[in-house]
Amino acid sequence: MKILVPVKRVVDANVKVRVKADNTSVDTTNLKMALNPFCEIAVEEAVRLKESGVATEVIVVSVGAKAVQEQLRTAMALGADRAIHIETDEELVPLSIAKLLKAVQEKEQAQLIIFGKQSIDGDNNQTGQMLAALTDMPQATFASEVKVDGDMITVTREIDGGLQTLKMPLPAIVTVDLRLNEPRYASLPNIMKAKRKPLDIMTVADLGVSLKTHQTVISVTPPVERKAGIMVSSVEALVDKLKNEAKVI
Amino acid sequence: MTILVLAEHDNVSLKTDTAKVVSAAAAIGGDIHILVAGVDCSAAVTAAQHLAGVSKVLVADATQYGAQLAENVSKLVVEIAADYEHILAAATSIGKDTLPRVAALLDVSQISEVIEVVSSDTFVRPIYAGNALSTVQSLDAKKVMTVRSSAFDAVATTGNAEVVNLSQAIDARTEFVSQSLTESARPELGNAGIIVSGGRGMGSGENFAILEQLADKLGAAVGASRAAVDAGFVPNDLQVGQTGKIVAPDLYIAVGISGAIQHLAGMKDSKVIVAINKDPEAPIFQVADYGLVADLFEAIPALNNLL
Repeated sequence: MKILVPVKRVVDANVKVRVKADNTSVDTTNLKMALNPFCEIAVEEAVRLKESGVATEVIVVSVGAKAVQEQLRTAMALGADRAIHIETDEELVPLSIAKLLKAVQEKEQAQLIIFGKQSIDGDNNQTGQMLAALTDMPQATFASEVKVDGDMITVTREIDGGLQTLKMPLPAIVTVDLRLNEPRYASLPNIMKAKRKPLDIMTVADLGVSLKTHQTVISVTPPVERKAGIMVSSVEALVDKLKNEAKVI
Repeated sequence: MTILVLAEHDNVSLKTDTAKVVSAAAAIGGDIHILVAGVDCSAAVTAAQHLAGVSKVLVADATQYGAQLAENVSKLVVEIAADYEHILAAATSIGKDTLPRVAALLDVSQISEVIEVVSSDTFVRPIYAGNALSTVQSLDAKKVMTVRSSAFDAVATTGNAEVVNLSQAIDARTEFVSQSLTESARPELGNAGIIVSGGRGMGSGENFAILEQLADKLGAAVGASRAAVDAGFVPNDLQVGQTGKIVAPDLYIAVGISGAIQHLAGMKDSKVIVAINKDPEAPIFQVADYGLVADLFEAIPALNNLL
Protein backbone atom coordinates (compact mmCIF):
# COMPACT_ATOMS: atom_id res chain seq x y z
CA MET A 1 0.00 0.00 0.00
CA LYS A 2 1.23 3.45 -0.98
CA ILE A 3 0.80 6.41 1.36
CA LEU A 4 0.90 9.98 0.10
CA VAL A 5 1.74 12.71 2.61
CA PRO A 6 1.33 16.33 1.47
CA VAL A 7 3.52 18.65 3.57
CA LYS A 8 4.09 22.39 3.95
CA ARG A 9 7.05 24.64 4.72
CA VAL A 10 6.12 27.20 7.38
CA VAL A 11 7.76 29.65 9.78
CA ASP A 12 9.13 27.66 12.73
CA ALA A 13 6.55 27.33 15.51
CA ASN A 14 8.87 28.97 18.04
CA VAL A 15 9.29 32.17 16.06
CA LYS A 16 6.96 35.06 16.83
CA VAL A 17 6.04 36.64 13.51
CA ARG A 18 5.53 40.33 12.79
CA VAL A 19 3.34 42.08 10.29
CA LYS A 20 5.11 44.15 7.59
CA ALA A 21 4.97 47.92 8.11
CA ASP A 22 2.90 48.39 4.95
CA ASN A 23 0.28 45.89 6.25
CA THR A 24 0.45 43.70 3.16
CA SER A 25 1.55 40.46 4.77
CA VAL A 26 3.49 38.81 7.55
CA ASP A 27 7.22 39.44 7.28
CA THR A 28 8.93 36.08 6.78
CA THR A 29 12.31 37.30 5.53
CA ASN A 30 15.24 35.62 7.27
CA LEU A 31 12.98 33.72 9.66
CA LYS A 32 13.74 30.14 10.60
CA MET A 33 11.56 27.85 8.50
CA ALA A 34 10.46 24.31 9.31
CA LEU A 35 8.22 21.44 8.36
CA ASN A 36 4.71 22.32 9.61
CA PRO A 37 4.37 20.48 12.98
CA PHE A 38 1.10 18.76 12.00
CA CYS A 39 2.71 17.61 8.71
CA GLU A 40 5.58 16.17 10.73
CA ILE A 41 3.08 14.07 12.70
CA ALA A 42 1.51 12.95 9.40
CA VAL A 43 4.92 11.87 8.04
CA GLU A 44 5.69 10.03 11.29
CA GLU A 45 2.38 8.13 11.14
CA ALA A 46 2.99 7.11 7.51
CA VAL A 47 6.52 5.95 8.34
CA ARG A 48 5.23 3.93 11.31
CA LEU A 49 2.65 2.27 9.04
CA LYS A 50 5.49 1.34 6.72
CA GLU A 51 7.64 0.04 9.57
CA SER A 52 4.77 -2.13 10.82
CA GLY A 53 4.41 -3.66 7.35
CA VAL A 54 1.05 -2.05 6.50
CA ALA A 55 2.46 0.33 3.91
CA THR A 56 5.09 -0.35 1.26
CA GLU A 57 5.98 3.17 0.18
CA VAL A 58 5.69 6.66 1.65
CA ILE A 59 5.69 9.58 -0.80
CA VAL A 60 5.83 13.18 0.39
CA VAL A 61 4.66 16.05 -1.78
CA SER A 62 4.87 19.80 -1.36
CA VAL A 63 3.68 22.79 -3.38
CA GLY A 64 5.75 25.98 -3.32
CA ALA A 65 8.98 27.72 -4.22
CA LYS A 66 12.30 25.86 -4.58
CA ALA A 67 12.98 26.19 -0.86
CA VAL A 68 10.30 23.61 0.02
CA GLN A 69 12.78 20.96 -1.10
CA GLU A 70 14.50 21.51 2.23
CA GLN A 71 11.36 20.29 4.05
CA LEU A 72 10.91 17.43 1.57
CA ARG A 73 14.46 16.30 2.46
CA THR A 74 13.56 16.59 6.15
CA ALA A 75 10.52 14.38 5.57
CA MET A 76 12.71 11.85 3.75
CA ALA A 77 15.20 11.95 6.62
CA LEU A 78 12.27 11.00 8.88
CA GLY A 79 11.66 7.97 6.66
CA ALA A 80 9.68 8.93 3.55
CA ASP A 81 10.92 7.05 0.47
CA ARG A 82 10.65 9.71 -2.20
CA ALA A 83 9.40 13.23 -2.78
CA ILE A 84 7.51 15.30 -5.32
CA HIS A 85 7.98 19.05 -5.54
CA ILE A 86 5.32 21.01 -7.41
CA GLU A 87 7.14 24.22 -8.11
CA THR A 88 5.31 27.57 -8.03
CA ASP A 89 6.15 30.99 -6.64
CA GLU A 90 2.50 31.89 -6.26
CA GLU A 91 0.66 31.90 -2.94
CA LEU A 92 -2.08 29.38 -3.56
CA VAL A 93 -5.31 28.93 -1.61
CA PRO A 94 -6.05 25.46 -0.18
CA LEU A 95 -8.50 24.68 -3.02
CA SER A 96 -5.75 25.22 -5.63
CA ILE A 97 -3.34 23.06 -3.61
CA ALA A 98 -6.03 20.35 -3.42
CA LYS A 99 -6.48 20.48 -7.21
CA LEU A 100 -2.73 19.98 -7.73
CA LEU A 101 -2.69 17.13 -5.22
CA LYS A 102 -5.61 15.52 -7.04
CA ALA A 103 -3.47 15.44 -10.20
CA VAL A 104 -0.63 13.84 -8.22
CA GLN A 105 -3.00 11.28 -6.70
CA GLU A 106 -4.31 10.35 -10.17
CA LYS A 107 -0.75 9.33 -11.07
CA GLU A 108 0.24 7.77 -7.76
CA GLN A 109 -3.02 6.02 -6.83
CA ALA A 110 -2.16 6.03 -3.10
CA GLN A 111 -4.49 4.01 -0.87
CA LEU A 112 -4.10 6.41 2.02
CA ILE A 113 -3.39 10.13 2.06
CA ILE A 114 -2.33 11.58 5.41
CA PHE A 115 -2.34 15.36 6.01
CA GLY A 116 -1.61 17.58 8.98
CA LYS A 117 -4.96 19.01 10.08
CA GLN A 118 -3.78 22.56 9.36
CA SER A 119 -0.70 24.63 8.75
CA ILE A 120 0.36 26.96 11.53
CA ASP A 121 0.70 29.95 9.18
CA GLY A 122 -2.59 30.14 7.26
CA ASP A 123 -4.54 28.20 9.92
CA ASN A 124 -7.02 27.23 7.19
CA ASN A 125 -7.73 23.60 8.04
CA GLN A 126 -9.10 22.88 4.57
CA THR A 127 -6.74 21.09 2.18
CA GLY A 128 -7.32 17.50 3.33
CA GLN A 129 -11.09 17.83 3.33
CA MET A 130 -10.99 19.55 -0.07
CA LEU A 131 -8.91 16.80 -1.66
CA ALA A 132 -11.35 14.27 -0.16
CA ALA A 133 -14.21 16.11 -1.88
CA LEU A 134 -12.40 16.41 -5.23
CA THR A 135 -11.48 12.70 -5.25
CA ASP A 136 -14.77 11.63 -3.61
CA MET A 137 -12.94 9.75 -0.85
CA PRO A 138 -14.20 9.24 2.69
CA GLN A 139 -12.34 11.29 5.28
CA ALA A 140 -11.42 11.27 8.95
CA THR A 141 -10.14 14.60 10.24
CA PHE A 142 -8.31 15.40 13.51
CA ALA A 143 -7.06 11.83 14.04
CA SER A 144 -5.64 10.73 17.38
CA GLU A 145 -5.46 7.02 16.49
CA VAL A 146 -5.23 5.25 13.14
CA LYS A 147 -5.66 1.52 12.52
CA VAL A 148 -5.51 -0.05 9.07
CA ASP A 149 -7.11 -3.47 8.70
CA GLY A 150 -7.04 -4.89 5.17
CA ASP A 151 -8.91 -2.45 2.96
CA MET A 152 -10.59 -0.67 5.88
CA ILE A 153 -9.30 2.05 8.16
CA THR A 154 -10.53 2.87 11.67
CA VAL A 155 -9.76 6.33 12.97
CA THR A 156 -10.36 7.87 16.39
CA ARG A 157 -10.91 11.62 16.06
CA GLU A 158 -10.62 14.50 18.49
CA ILE A 159 -13.97 16.26 18.37
CA ASP A 160 -15.45 19.02 20.54
CA GLY A 161 -16.08 17.51 23.95
CA GLY A 162 -14.46 14.12 23.40
CA LEU A 163 -13.52 11.41 20.94
CA GLN A 164 -15.28 9.80 18.00
CA THR A 165 -14.37 6.63 16.12
CA LEU A 166 -15.13 6.20 12.41
CA LYS A 167 -14.48 3.31 10.05
CA MET A 168 -14.23 3.62 6.29
CA PRO A 169 -12.99 1.82 3.19
CA LEU A 170 -9.68 2.72 1.54
CA PRO A 171 -8.68 4.78 -0.36
CA ALA A 172 -9.33 7.42 2.28
CA ILE A 173 -7.99 10.69 3.60
CA VAL A 174 -6.88 11.24 7.19
CA THR A 175 -5.87 14.57 8.74
CA VAL A 176 -3.91 14.32 11.96
CA ASP A 177 -4.14 16.09 15.28
CA LEU A 178 -1.43 16.75 17.83
CA ARG A 179 -1.82 13.65 19.96
CA LEU A 180 -1.54 11.01 17.24
CA ASN A 181 2.17 10.39 17.80
CA GLU A 182 5.44 12.00 18.77
CA PRO A 183 7.60 12.47 15.70
CA ARG A 184 11.14 11.10 15.87
CA TYR A 185 14.28 13.16 15.36
CA ALA A 186 16.11 12.56 12.13
CA SER A 187 19.46 10.85 12.74
CA LEU A 188 22.58 12.09 10.95
CA PRO A 189 22.92 8.93 8.82
CA ASN A 190 19.26 9.29 7.81
CA ILE A 191 19.78 12.95 6.92
CA MET A 192 22.70 11.91 4.70
CA LYS A 193 20.66 9.09 3.18
CA ALA A 194 17.75 11.47 2.47
CA LYS A 195 19.99 13.54 0.20
CA ARG A 196 20.19 10.63 -2.22
CA LYS A 197 16.50 9.74 -2.20
CA PRO A 198 14.53 10.60 -5.39
CA LEU A 199 12.95 14.04 -5.59
CA ASP A 200 10.84 14.77 -8.68
CA ILE A 201 10.19 18.35 -9.67
CA MET A 202 7.16 19.32 -11.71
CA THR A 203 5.28 22.48 -12.55
CA VAL A 204 1.61 23.36 -12.36
CA ALA A 205 1.55 23.17 -16.18
CA ASP A 206 3.11 19.67 -16.12
CA LEU A 207 0.15 18.51 -14.06
CA GLY A 208 -2.31 20.04 -16.53
CA VAL A 209 -4.21 21.85 -13.82
CA SER A 210 -5.69 25.30 -14.42
CA LEU A 211 -6.06 27.44 -11.34
CA LYS A 212 -8.23 30.44 -10.58
CA THR A 213 -7.84 33.43 -8.31
CA HIS A 214 -10.40 33.07 -5.53
CA GLN A 215 -9.61 35.86 -3.14
CA THR A 216 -7.61 39.02 -2.55
CA VAL A 217 -5.88 39.83 0.70
CA ILE A 218 -6.77 43.46 1.39
CA SER A 219 -4.59 43.90 4.45
CA VAL A 220 -2.72 42.04 7.15
CA THR A 221 -2.62 43.87 10.46
CA PRO A 222 -1.32 43.12 13.92
CA PRO A 223 -4.00 42.23 16.49
CA VAL A 224 -4.92 44.78 19.13
CA GLU A 225 -2.39 44.25 21.90
CA ARG A 226 -3.87 43.63 25.30
CA LYS A 227 -2.41 45.89 27.93
CA ALA A 228 -1.33 44.55 31.29
CA GLY A 229 -3.68 45.59 34.06
CA ILE A 230 -2.88 45.92 37.72
CA MET A 231 -1.38 43.63 40.33
CA VAL A 232 -3.44 42.99 43.43
CA SER A 233 -1.85 42.16 46.75
CA SER A 234 -4.30 39.66 48.17
CA VAL A 235 -7.17 37.31 47.42
CA GLU A 236 -9.51 39.74 49.23
CA ALA A 237 -8.40 42.61 46.98
CA LEU A 238 -8.92 40.42 43.92
CA VAL A 239 -12.48 39.50 44.91
CA ASP A 240 -13.21 43.16 45.62
CA LYS A 241 -11.96 44.22 42.16
CA LEU A 242 -13.92 41.48 40.39
CA LYS A 243 -17.12 42.33 42.28
CA ASN A 244 -16.97 46.12 42.35
CA GLU A 245 -14.72 47.25 39.50
CA ALA A 246 -15.00 44.64 36.73
CA LYS A 247 -18.44 43.53 37.97
CA VAL A 248 -17.98 40.04 36.55
CA ILE A 249 -18.84 37.96 39.64
CA MET B 1 -29.28 37.59 -1.10
CA THR B 2 -29.97 34.47 0.97
CA ILE B 3 -27.62 32.95 3.53
CA LEU B 4 -27.54 29.31 4.62
CA VAL B 5 -26.32 28.46 8.12
CA LEU B 6 -25.45 24.85 8.91
CA ALA B 7 -26.84 24.18 12.39
CA GLU B 8 -24.48 22.98 15.14
CA HIS B 9 -26.43 20.44 17.16
CA ASP B 10 -26.34 16.96 18.68
CA ASN B 11 -29.83 15.95 17.45
CA VAL B 12 -31.23 16.66 20.93
CA SER B 13 -30.25 20.27 21.39
CA LEU B 14 -29.14 23.18 19.27
CA LYS B 15 -25.75 24.55 20.33
CA THR B 16 -25.34 28.25 21.13
CA ASP B 17 -22.75 28.37 18.32
CA THR B 18 -25.64 28.38 15.85
CA ALA B 19 -27.16 31.52 17.39
CA LYS B 20 -23.75 33.17 17.13
CA VAL B 21 -23.27 32.18 13.48
CA VAL B 22 -26.75 33.56 12.73
CA SER B 23 -25.49 36.81 14.24
CA ALA B 24 -22.58 36.78 11.74
CA ALA B 25 -25.10 36.06 8.97
CA ALA B 26 -27.19 39.03 10.10
CA ALA B 27 -24.07 41.21 9.83
CA ILE B 28 -23.72 40.12 6.18
CA GLY B 29 -27.38 40.97 5.66
CA GLY B 30 -30.10 39.09 3.80
CA ASP B 31 -32.61 36.33 4.27
CA ILE B 32 -31.27 33.66 6.67
CA HIS B 33 -32.08 29.95 6.42
CA ILE B 34 -30.79 27.22 8.75
CA LEU B 35 -30.13 23.64 7.71
CA VAL B 36 -30.54 21.02 10.44
CA ALA B 37 -29.13 17.70 9.20
CA GLY B 38 -29.49 14.88 11.72
CA VAL B 39 -31.76 12.12 12.92
CA ASP B 40 -34.72 12.53 15.28
CA CYS B 41 -33.61 16.12 15.59
CA SER B 42 -37.00 17.82 16.09
CA ALA B 43 -35.93 19.47 19.36
CA ALA B 44 -32.97 21.10 17.60
CA VAL B 45 -35.31 22.17 14.77
CA THR B 46 -37.72 23.84 17.21
CA ALA B 47 -34.84 25.72 18.83
CA ALA B 48 -33.58 26.81 15.38
CA GLN B 49 -37.05 28.15 14.48
CA HIS B 50 -36.84 30.52 17.43
CA LEU B 51 -33.59 32.21 16.43
CA ALA B 52 -34.22 35.84 15.61
CA GLY B 53 -33.76 36.77 11.96
CA VAL B 54 -34.16 33.24 10.59
CA SER B 55 -36.97 32.87 8.05
CA LYS B 56 -36.72 29.19 7.18
CA VAL B 57 -35.42 26.02 8.84
CA LEU B 58 -34.57 23.26 6.37
CA VAL B 59 -34.72 19.83 7.97
CA ALA B 60 -32.94 16.73 6.67
CA ASP B 61 -33.98 14.12 9.23
CA ALA B 62 -32.64 10.70 8.23
CA THR B 63 -30.55 7.93 9.77
CA GLN B 64 -27.83 8.73 7.21
CA TYR B 65 -27.23 12.07 8.93
CA GLY B 66 -27.24 10.73 12.50
CA ALA B 67 -23.49 11.16 13.00
CA GLN B 68 -23.32 14.31 10.83
CA LEU B 69 -20.54 12.92 8.66
CA ALA B 70 -18.76 15.33 6.33
CA GLU B 71 -18.91 12.87 3.46
CA ASN B 72 -22.68 12.96 2.91
CA VAL B 73 -23.72 16.16 4.71
CA SER B 74 -21.44 18.08 2.32
CA LYS B 75 -23.26 16.53 -0.65
CA LEU B 76 -26.61 17.47 0.89
CA VAL B 77 -25.50 21.10 1.29
CA VAL B 78 -24.27 21.17 -2.31
CA GLU B 79 -27.65 19.85 -3.54
CA ILE B 80 -29.42 22.88 -2.06
CA ALA B 81 -26.58 25.37 -2.60
CA ALA B 82 -28.03 26.93 -5.77
CA ASP B 83 -30.38 29.07 -3.66
CA TYR B 84 -27.61 30.63 -1.58
CA GLU B 85 -24.89 33.20 -1.97
CA HIS B 86 -23.34 32.57 1.46
CA ILE B 87 -22.93 29.26 3.29
CA LEU B 88 -21.83 29.50 6.93
CA ALA B 89 -21.05 27.09 9.74
CA ALA B 90 -19.46 27.44 13.15
CA ALA B 91 -15.73 26.68 13.25
CA THR B 92 -16.39 23.63 15.44
CA SER B 93 -15.14 20.11 14.83
CA ILE B 94 -18.24 19.45 12.70
CA GLY B 95 -18.11 22.73 10.76
CA LYS B 96 -14.37 22.45 10.11
CA ASP B 97 -14.82 18.85 8.95
CA THR B 98 -17.73 19.52 6.60
CA LEU B 99 -17.48 22.99 5.09
CA PRO B 100 -14.17 22.68 3.16
CA ARG B 101 -15.76 19.68 1.41
CA VAL B 102 -18.74 21.83 0.48
CA ALA B 103 -16.47 24.61 -0.82
CA ALA B 104 -14.38 22.22 -2.94
CA LEU B 105 -17.49 20.63 -4.47
CA LEU B 106 -18.74 24.12 -5.37
CA ASP B 107 -15.27 25.03 -6.74
CA VAL B 108 -14.94 28.00 -4.40
CA SER B 109 -12.42 28.91 -1.75
CA GLN B 110 -13.34 28.75 1.93
CA ILE B 111 -12.70 31.54 4.40
CA SER B 112 -11.91 29.96 7.77
CA GLU B 113 -12.61 31.22 11.30
CA VAL B 114 -14.14 34.58 10.39
CA ILE B 115 -14.09 36.96 13.37
CA GLU B 116 -15.52 40.07 11.68
CA VAL B 117 -17.80 40.80 8.77
CA VAL B 118 -16.59 43.90 6.89
CA SER B 119 -19.06 43.63 4.01
CA SER B 120 -20.93 40.88 2.17
CA ASP B 121 -17.70 39.74 0.47
CA THR B 122 -14.96 40.93 2.84
CA PHE B 123 -14.09 39.28 6.12
CA VAL B 124 -11.43 39.37 8.83
CA ARG B 125 -9.78 36.17 10.01
CA PRO B 126 -6.82 35.42 12.26
CA ILE B 127 -3.69 33.83 10.82
CA TYR B 128 -0.48 32.65 12.56
CA ALA B 129 -2.48 31.66 15.66
CA GLY B 130 -3.93 35.13 16.00
CA ASN B 131 -0.58 36.93 15.72
CA ALA B 132 -1.91 38.67 12.62
CA LEU B 133 -5.35 39.48 11.25
CA SER B 134 -6.00 39.07 7.55
CA THR B 135 -8.76 41.00 5.79
CA VAL B 136 -9.82 38.92 2.80
CA GLN B 137 -12.11 39.75 -0.07
CA SER B 138 -13.75 36.76 -1.72
CA LEU B 139 -13.96 36.82 -5.51
CA ASP B 140 -16.07 33.68 -5.68
CA ALA B 141 -19.76 33.74 -6.59
CA LYS B 142 -20.56 31.81 -3.42
CA LYS B 143 -18.92 32.62 -0.10
CA VAL B 144 -18.32 29.55 2.03
CA MET B 145 -17.02 30.33 5.49
CA THR B 146 -16.60 29.01 9.00
CA VAL B 147 -17.25 31.48 11.79
CA ARG B 148 -15.40 31.68 15.09
CA SER B 149 -18.47 31.80 17.28
CA SER B 150 -16.69 33.39 20.28
CA ALA B 151 -16.33 36.57 18.16
CA PHE B 152 -20.11 37.06 17.78
CA ASP B 153 -22.95 37.52 20.26
CA ALA B 154 -25.84 35.06 20.07
CA VAL B 155 -29.04 36.38 18.48
CA ALA B 156 -32.22 36.46 20.56
CA THR B 157 -34.73 33.62 20.58
CA THR B 158 -37.72 35.63 19.48
CA GLY B 159 -38.08 34.21 15.98
CA ASN B 160 -40.68 31.93 14.48
CA ALA B 161 -39.29 30.47 11.26
CA GLU B 162 -41.12 28.22 8.84
CA VAL B 163 -40.01 24.56 8.64
CA VAL B 164 -39.30 22.91 5.28
CA ASN B 165 -38.55 19.20 5.14
CA LEU B 166 -35.91 17.93 2.72
CA SER B 167 -36.32 14.44 1.34
CA GLN B 168 -32.73 13.73 0.21
CA ALA B 169 -31.18 10.90 2.20
CA ILE B 170 -27.63 10.54 0.92
CA ASP B 171 -25.51 7.54 1.92
CA ALA B 172 -21.92 7.68 3.17
CA ARG B 173 -19.25 5.00 2.99
CA THR B 174 -17.97 6.28 6.32
CA GLU B 175 -19.37 4.28 9.21
CA PHE B 176 -19.89 5.72 12.69
CA VAL B 177 -18.41 3.30 15.26
CA SER B 178 -18.57 5.05 18.63
CA GLN B 179 -18.27 8.31 20.48
CA SER B 180 -17.21 9.16 24.01
CA LEU B 181 -18.00 12.63 25.27
CA THR B 182 -16.79 14.02 28.55
CA GLU B 183 -19.84 14.17 30.81
CA SER B 184 -19.97 17.33 32.85
CA ALA B 185 -22.60 19.30 34.69
CA ARG B 186 -20.53 22.43 34.10
CA PRO B 187 -21.05 24.70 31.09
CA GLU B 188 -19.20 23.93 27.86
CA LEU B 189 -15.91 25.77 27.38
CA GLY B 190 -17.05 27.43 24.18
CA ASN B 191 -20.18 28.93 25.74
CA ALA B 192 -19.19 29.56 29.36
CA GLY B 193 -19.40 33.08 30.76
CA ILE B 194 -16.60 32.29 33.20
CA ILE B 195 -13.70 29.88 32.72
CA VAL B 196 -11.27 28.71 35.38
CA SER B 197 -8.15 27.22 33.77
CA GLY B 198 -5.22 25.36 35.31
CA GLY B 199 -1.71 24.92 34.01
CA ARG B 200 1.40 22.93 34.79
CA GLY B 201 1.53 24.70 38.15
CA MET B 202 -1.42 22.56 39.29
CA GLY B 203 1.10 19.75 39.76
CA SER B 204 -1.34 16.86 39.24
CA GLY B 205 -4.77 15.87 37.98
CA GLU B 206 -6.01 15.41 41.57
CA ASN B 207 -5.15 19.02 42.35
CA PHE B 208 -7.66 20.16 39.71
CA ALA B 209 -10.31 19.39 42.37
CA ILE B 210 -9.76 22.81 43.97
CA LEU B 211 -10.28 24.48 40.58
CA GLU B 212 -13.45 22.47 40.03
CA GLN B 213 -14.69 23.67 43.40
CA LEU B 214 -13.99 27.26 42.36
CA ALA B 215 -15.67 26.67 38.99
CA ASP B 216 -18.80 25.33 40.68
CA LYS B 217 -19.01 28.36 42.97
CA LEU B 218 -18.81 30.65 39.94
CA GLY B 219 -20.93 28.54 37.58
CA ALA B 220 -17.82 28.35 35.43
CA ALA B 221 -16.31 25.87 32.98
CA VAL B 222 -12.92 24.28 33.71
CA GLY B 223 -10.14 24.62 31.16
CA ALA B 224 -6.44 23.82 31.00
CA SER B 225 -3.27 24.82 29.22
CA ARG B 226 -1.54 22.51 26.77
CA ALA B 227 1.20 21.94 29.35
CA ALA B 228 -1.38 20.54 31.79
CA VAL B 229 -2.86 18.33 29.07
CA ASP B 230 0.55 17.10 27.91
CA ALA B 231 1.48 16.32 31.53
CA GLY B 232 -1.60 14.08 31.64
CA PHE B 233 -3.42 16.06 34.36
CA VAL B 234 -6.64 16.44 32.35
CA PRO B 235 -8.05 15.25 29.01
CA ASN B 236 -7.36 17.17 25.81
CA ASP B 237 -10.90 18.42 25.33
CA LEU B 238 -10.29 20.85 28.21
CA GLN B 239 -7.41 22.47 26.38
CA VAL B 240 -7.61 26.21 25.73
CA GLY B 241 -5.14 27.52 23.17
CA GLN B 242 -4.01 27.55 19.60
CA THR B 243 -4.28 23.77 19.36
CA GLY B 244 -7.33 23.53 21.61
CA LYS B 245 -10.42 25.67 22.12
CA ILE B 246 -10.46 29.39 21.34
CA VAL B 247 -12.57 31.07 24.02
CA ALA B 248 -13.68 34.60 24.88
CA PRO B 249 -15.63 34.48 28.17
CA ASP B 250 -16.53 37.49 30.33
CA LEU B 251 -14.05 36.30 32.95
CA TYR B 252 -11.03 34.03 32.46
CA ILE B 253 -9.10 32.95 35.54
CA ALA B 254 -5.68 31.48 34.69
CA VAL B 255 -4.23 29.52 37.58
CA GLY B 256 -0.65 28.23 37.53
CA ILE B 257 -0.43 29.04 33.81
CA SER B 258 2.77 30.72 32.63
CA GLY B 259 1.17 32.19 29.49
CA ALA B 260 2.88 30.58 26.50
CA ILE B 261 1.99 32.20 23.14
CA GLN B 262 0.05 29.09 22.23
CA HIS B 263 -2.18 29.48 25.30
CA LEU B 264 -2.63 33.24 24.90
CA ALA B 265 -3.84 32.63 21.33
CA GLY B 266 -6.80 30.78 22.80
CA MET B 267 -7.95 33.20 25.50
CA LYS B 268 -6.63 36.72 24.92
CA ASP B 269 -10.01 37.94 23.66
CA SER B 270 -11.61 37.26 27.06
CA LYS B 271 -13.22 40.39 28.49
CA VAL B 272 -11.53 40.23 31.92
CA ILE B 273 -8.44 38.10 32.58
CA VAL B 274 -7.22 37.17 36.05
CA ALA B 275 -3.83 35.51 36.51
CA ILE B 276 -2.73 33.73 39.66
CA ASN B 277 0.86 32.53 39.53
CA LYS B 278 3.72 32.34 42.00
CA ASP B 279 6.24 33.52 39.41
CA PRO B 280 6.02 37.34 39.13
CA GLU B 281 7.84 37.14 35.77
CA ALA B 282 5.24 34.85 34.17
CA PRO B 283 4.17 36.27 30.76
CA ILE B 284 0.51 35.71 31.63
CA PHE B 285 0.67 38.86 33.80
CA GLN B 286 1.30 40.93 30.65
CA VAL B 287 -2.19 40.22 29.39
CA ALA B 288 -4.02 40.00 32.72
CA ASP B 289 -6.35 42.74 33.95
CA TYR B 290 -5.77 41.57 37.51
CA GLY B 291 -2.64 39.72 38.56
CA LEU B 292 -1.98 38.04 41.87
CA VAL B 293 1.45 36.68 42.69
CA ALA B 294 0.67 33.86 45.10
CA ASP B 295 0.94 30.14 45.72
CA LEU B 296 -2.18 28.79 44.08
CA PHE B 297 -2.58 26.12 46.77
CA GLU B 298 -3.15 28.94 49.26
CA ALA B 299 -4.89 31.45 46.99
CA ILE B 300 -7.53 29.17 45.48
CA PRO B 301 -8.82 27.72 48.80
CA ALA B 302 -8.88 31.30 50.15
CA LEU B 303 -10.84 32.38 47.08
CA ASN B 304 -13.23 29.48 47.56
CA ASN B 305 -13.86 30.60 51.13
CA LEU B 306 -14.59 34.18 50.10
CA LEU B 307 -17.09 33.38 47.35
